[in-house]
Amino acid sequence: MWRQKVSLILIGTGLLAMPVPLPARAPYPADPLQSPMWQAHAKTIFGDDPVRFDPRVKMLYPEVAENQRSFPVALDARGVGQVKRMVIFADLNPIPIAIDYRPEAAEPYVATRIKLDQRTPVRGAVQLADGQWLVAGGWVDAAGGGCSAPPVSRVKGDWATHLGEMRGEAWPMSEDGSSRLRVTFRHPMDTGFVANIPTYNIEELAVKSAAGTVLGEMEIWASVSEDPAITLMPHAKAGDVLTVDARDTNGRAYLARIAVARQSAMPSATPQ
Amino acid sequence: MRVSRRAAVAGILGALPAAALGMTEEYRIDPAVVADGIWMIHGDDAPILPANGGAIANIVIIDTPAGTVLVDSGPSLRYGRALKAVAEKLTGKPVIRVYVTHLHPDHGMGIAAFDPAIVAALPQTIADIARDGRGFSDAMYRILGDWMRGTEIVLPGRRIDQASEDFGGRKVQLMALSGHSAADLAILDEKTGTLIGGDLLFHDRAPSTPTADLARWRESLDALSKTPHKGAIPGHGPFDPSGTQAIMQTRRWIHWLESALTGAVQSGLDMVEAGAIAIPPEFSGMAAARYELQRSVSHLYPGLEAKLLPRVDVPDQ
Repeated sequence: MWRQKVSLILIGTGLLAMPVPLPARAPYPADPLQSPMWQAHAKTIFGDDPVRFDPRVKMLYPEVAENQRSFPVALDARGVGQVKRMVIFADLNPIPIAIDYRPEAAEPYVATRIKLDQRTPVRGAVQLADGQWLVAGGWVDAAGGGCSAPPVSRVKGDWATHLGEMRGEAWPMSEDGSSRLRVTFRHPMDTGFVANIPTYNIEELAVKSAAGTVLGEMEIWASVSEDPAITLMPHAKAGDVLTVDARDTNGRAYLARIAVARQSAMPSATPQ
Repeated sequence: MRVSRRAAVAGILGALPAAALGMTEEYRIDPAVVADGIWMIHGDDAPILPANGGAIANIVIIDTPAGTVLVDSGPSLRYGRALKAVAEKLTGKPVIRVYVTHLHPDHGMGIAAFDPAIVAALPQTIADIARDGRGFSDAMYRILGDWMRGTEIVLPGRRIDQASEDFGGRKVQLMALSGHSAADLAILDEKTGTLIGGDLLFHDRAPSTPTADLARWRESLDALSKTPHKGAIPGHGPFDPSGTQAIMQTRRWIHWLESALTGAVQSGLDMVEAGAIAIPPEFSGMAAARYELQRSVSHLYPGLEAKLLPRVDVPDQ
């Protein structure tokens, strides 16, 4: 659905270079990062919804892109109101969107690692219940080729041996009834930009309660790093069992059950 | 007063950075005596940046009866050439040996300025440069641009397979260690007892871990502690006259790093948060601490997750 819409827009604006009718909406705000792709991505992702840059949305990442194949990012929109959608994207990546997350019954927080194909703006956009989008981010300097280098497991040749291995843990966070869930996959996350290796990536993930209620779900793109690691904050308490249900572009299913620990381990290493 | 046009132009040009004019920037190489016949060139205690031309590693000059011996050669052809000129002027003798302590480009790419036949490294270091040199070179050119001009990857021509080398009566012990990388050369000058630690030793500058094996690194630090010596020259940071401080600092940092990142994985922190944890006050005097912590998170976190997070996948029904 949404993925198809994006494809159509990309074809319409990019490949065929068809004249695009003027939008019947107010223009997007000027991009503080002055990215050449801001207008195009805004149109694709935000459509006719109102958009503004908002410092309360925290797009967090390290000061140095040590590994362009695996750049840690965290999008934290706690405290900005009811969030229905969270998108992490890098303007100048050939696959701009990394994660498109809907926190149904979860705190608006998502962290992962993405590929960087060159120096690029890295952004987080969150959509509030009223439809407006809040955007944050910055330029990240990176060596090239994060999307077009073969995954390490392809070079080693052992990717198939470990495909589907999942690791994870969950901890209660006492303050707000949410938990902290971390889950990792062994998966090559092939972008399709390496010769003779077609696109192959995990594309859907849902976190559910024991009763099967969806707490959060996301679309995942091949710009997420090889062996994806994802951190979320679903609403769950100590002892609850969370299910992580994912699927890749070959239709392979991934299923994990993770019990929320009895005790939070958080205080031992609280970030600054 | 009459100002000639030429002087006026020179004045304007003088106010601009050389790079802006397409002129060649030169390295400033200031050897400082640390022991009898041994000089240390203190690299910039900072990341590799255009402002320092990548000259961040410490370089050592030893005056021996047989000629000048260098330990490491800097990041580029330009550095290597300038180093050779400074060292030979200082000692009045030609450079007869250049040791490369390990594979990293801030220490070894300057060998492009020397005859490979006089450049010596551990066999594993030579193999590692052969494997990773192209990638290092690409990264250095990307960051440093013109500073790197003309620098080609050169492999050391001599494999170190002996425990010492004698230069006309001045003997150095060659210690084959590892941990900062797969092969780390440490050198002891017998005449003065000066220990040259390469990047096994960092002093008032946070250790870097792109190729580290922390357990082996600890073993190598133990070996250095047990080697009787006087002052120690670290790979980065100021000379350590005590000979013990740099070893202790490096050991404490890698111990803290490993336990802090282990705790971070066990506490559910993601990599961004792990890179933002508090750095203990004992390391407050360390240059580049936050920068190296975040690099180390990138290097070490996936391995710790694979080790510490339990398997949770449900077998196919």
